[in-house]
Amino acid sequence: MSLKRLHVLFDDDDILLDAVKEIVKSKIYIHEVYTPFPVHGLDKAMKLKPTNISIATFIYGCIGFTFSILMMNYIMIVDWPQDIGGKPSFSYIENMPSFVPIMFELTVFFAAHLMVITFYLRSKLWPFKEAENPDPSTTDDKFLIDMDSGSNLSKTKSMLKKMGAISIKEVNA
Amino acid sequence: MSSHYEAPIRKPLVLGDKSYGDISNDIARPVETPPNIDWWIAFSIAMAAFLWGLGCMAYTLGTGIGTWGLNKTVGWAWDITNFVWWVGIGHAGTLISAVLLLFRQKWRMGINRSAEAMTIFSVIQAGLFPIIHMGRPWLAYWMFPIPNQFGSLWVNFNSPLLWDVFAISTYLTVSLVFWWTGLLPDFAMIRDRAVKPFQKKIYSLISFGWSGRAKDWQRFEEVSLVLAGLATPLVLSVHTIVSFDFATSVIPGWHTTIFPPYFVAGAIFSGFAMVQTLLIIMRKVSRLESYITLQHIEMMNIVIMITGSIVGCAYITELFIAWYSGVEYEQYAFLNRATGPYWWAYFLMMSCNVVSPQIMWIKKIRTNIIWSFVISIVVNVGMWFERFVIIVTSLHRDYLPSSWTMFSPTFIDIGIFIGTIGFFFVLFLLYARSFPVVAQAEIKTILKSSGENYKKIRDK
Repeated sequence: MSLKRLHVLFDDDDILLDAVKEIVKSKIYIHEVYTPFPVHGLDKAMKLKPTNISIATFIYGCIGFTFSILMMNYIMIVDWPQDIGGKPSFSYIENMPSFVPIMFELTVFFAAHLMVITFYLRSKLWPFKEAENPDPSTTDDKFLIDMDSGSNLSKTKSMLKKMGAISIKEVNA
Repeated sequence: MSSHYEAPIRKPLVLGDKSYGDISNDIARPVETPPNIDWWIAFSIAMAAFLWGLGCMAYTLGTGIGTWGLNKTVGWAWDITNFVWWVGIGHAGTLISAVLLLFRQKWRMGINRSAEAMTIFSVIQAGLFPIIHMGRPWLAYWMFPIPNQFGSLWVNFNSPLLWDVFAISTYLTVSLVFWWTGLLPDFAMIRDRAVKPFQKKIYSLISFGWSGRAKDWQRFEEVSLVLAGLATPLVLSVHTIVSFDFATSVIPGWHTTIFPPYFVAGAIFSGFAMVQTLLIIMRKVSRLESYITLQHIEMMNIVIMITGSIVGCAYITELFIAWYSGVEYEQYAFLNRATGPYWWAYFLMMSCNVVSPQIMWIKKIRTNIIWSFVISIVVNVGMWFERFVIIVTSLHRDYLPSSWTMFSPTFIDIGIFIGTIGFFFVLFLLYARSFPVVAQAEIKTILKSSGENYKKIRDK
C-alpha cells in the first residue's frame, strides 16, 4: 500500500499556527512547513529543537580570537621583532594595546563568516541549489504544511477543512 | 490577532489596505517592469561620471600621484577626505539593520535593505582611494600578512593603516553576507513568480535555493540576531579605527582623544543623510510610499538632528580643549582652522553640520519632504568639508613656516571624486531595478501589528 502525504495550503499565518497545533495534538506527523516569512511560535508548535548556531558562533569567535593572537605573536614577536619608535616588539603582552583592534576584527570576521557558512550548509543553501518548496506561492502569501495523511484520510481532510485549509493535495510519498 | 497587538498610539508603518500578496506585488514591480526614460537618463549621467573617473584613475596610475594637487606639506588631501567621507556614509546601513534590530525598532524594516546596499556600494568607493594612492595597485595584496620571500617582510600590526585594512575588509564582507542572507527569501519570492525563463534562472541562482522551511526560518532569525550583535560593535570599531589614522599621529588638530566618538557620530550623521537622499527619490520613483512613509522620513530626520548635535558638541569641545590645554601648537591649529585661509571651509562645515540640522526641531520641517531632501544634501556637503577641514587645515600650516602652503585640487582630483559618485549611483540604480528594495519578508511579519488596515480593525 502506498503511503499518502498531504500538501495543505493556508492563506493566513494565525490559522496556520492553530492548525499546526491541532495536527500535532492529533498525532499526525508533519514533515515540513513552508512559509513566506518567519511565523513566530511555529518552531515551538512543531516541537522543533532550538538551533545551536549561536553556540557554534561563540566557538568560531574564540577561534578567530586565538588565531589573531597566534598570528600576530608569530609575525611581530617571534619571526621578525623590530624596534619601532623605541618600542621594541620583544613581548606580546607589552605590545598588546596596539594589537587589540585586529584581535577584535578577526574575532568578528571568523564568528560572522563561519556562522553564515554553517547556516548555509545546514539549511542547504548555495548557488545552483534547486528550491524545494512544493508550491511557488509559499514564498508569496501562502503557507503549506507537508504532512502524513493519518490513518483515516477523509477524517483528516474534513478536520483540515474545518481548520481553514484552502486546498488539500494528495501526493505520493 | 492578540499576538499581533501594538499600542494604538504607534502610527502605522505600512499604509493602505495591504495584504501579504500586495506586498509581494509592490516590491516585485520595479524588478518586473522595464525602467522608464528617467532611469535611463540618471543611469547615463552616472555612467558618464564613472567613466570620466575611470579615465582620471587610469591617468593617475599611468603618470603617478604627481597628477594630484598634493605637495610636500599637504601629503594627504582629497583622497583621504573622500575615503573617510565614503566610509562614513557607509555607516548608516549597518546601523539601521543591526543597531535598530537589537533595539526592536520596526521602522527599520522599510529602509534597511537600501541602507545596507548603500553601505556596500559606498565602502567600495572608499576602498578605491587608498588602493589608487598606492600608485601600484597591483601590489595591493602586500597589505595582507602573506608569507613571502622578501626576507620575511611582514606587515606592521602596530600601524593604524593596517588596522584600517582589517577593519574595512571585515566590515565590507560582513555587511555583504548580512545583506545577502536577508535577501535570500526576497530573491526566492521573485524567483517563484518569475515568468521569463532567464529571470527565473538568475533569481534561482542568487536565492541559493531558499525554500522557507520552518527550520530555515528559525536559523535565519537566530543568524540575523547574532549578526546584528556582531555588526553593532563592528560598525563602531570601523570608524574608530579610521579616526585612529589621525588620532595616533602627532599633528596638532589630529592628535585628540575625542576623535573616535566624534568620527562615529559624524559617520552616522552623514550615513543617515545619504539614506534620506536616496530613499526620498526611491520611494517616489518605485512607488513605495506605503512602506517608506513620512514617519520613516521623520525618524531619520530625528537621528540626523541628534547626531548633528553630537557632532556640534564635538566641534566646540575641540575648540575648548585646544584653549584649555595651554599647548600653543594646538591653539594655533584651531585658531587657524576658524580664521585662517580656510575659514570658508570651516564656516561651511559649521553651518551645514551644526546649524542646519537644528531646524529639524520644528515638526513641520522634519515632516516636509522637500526640506528633508535639501537638508540631507546640505549635511553631506558639510560632512565632506568636515573631513577636508580636519585633514588639510591641520597639514597646510606645519611646524616650519617656510613650508606653509595651500592645497588646490587638480582636475584629476576632482575627476576621481566625481567618478566615485558616478560609480556609486551606477551601482545603486542597477540595484533599484534588480533587487527587492524593501525587505518584504520582514515587512510581512509586522503587517498585522503595524499595517494601517489591521490597526483600524483593532481600534474599532
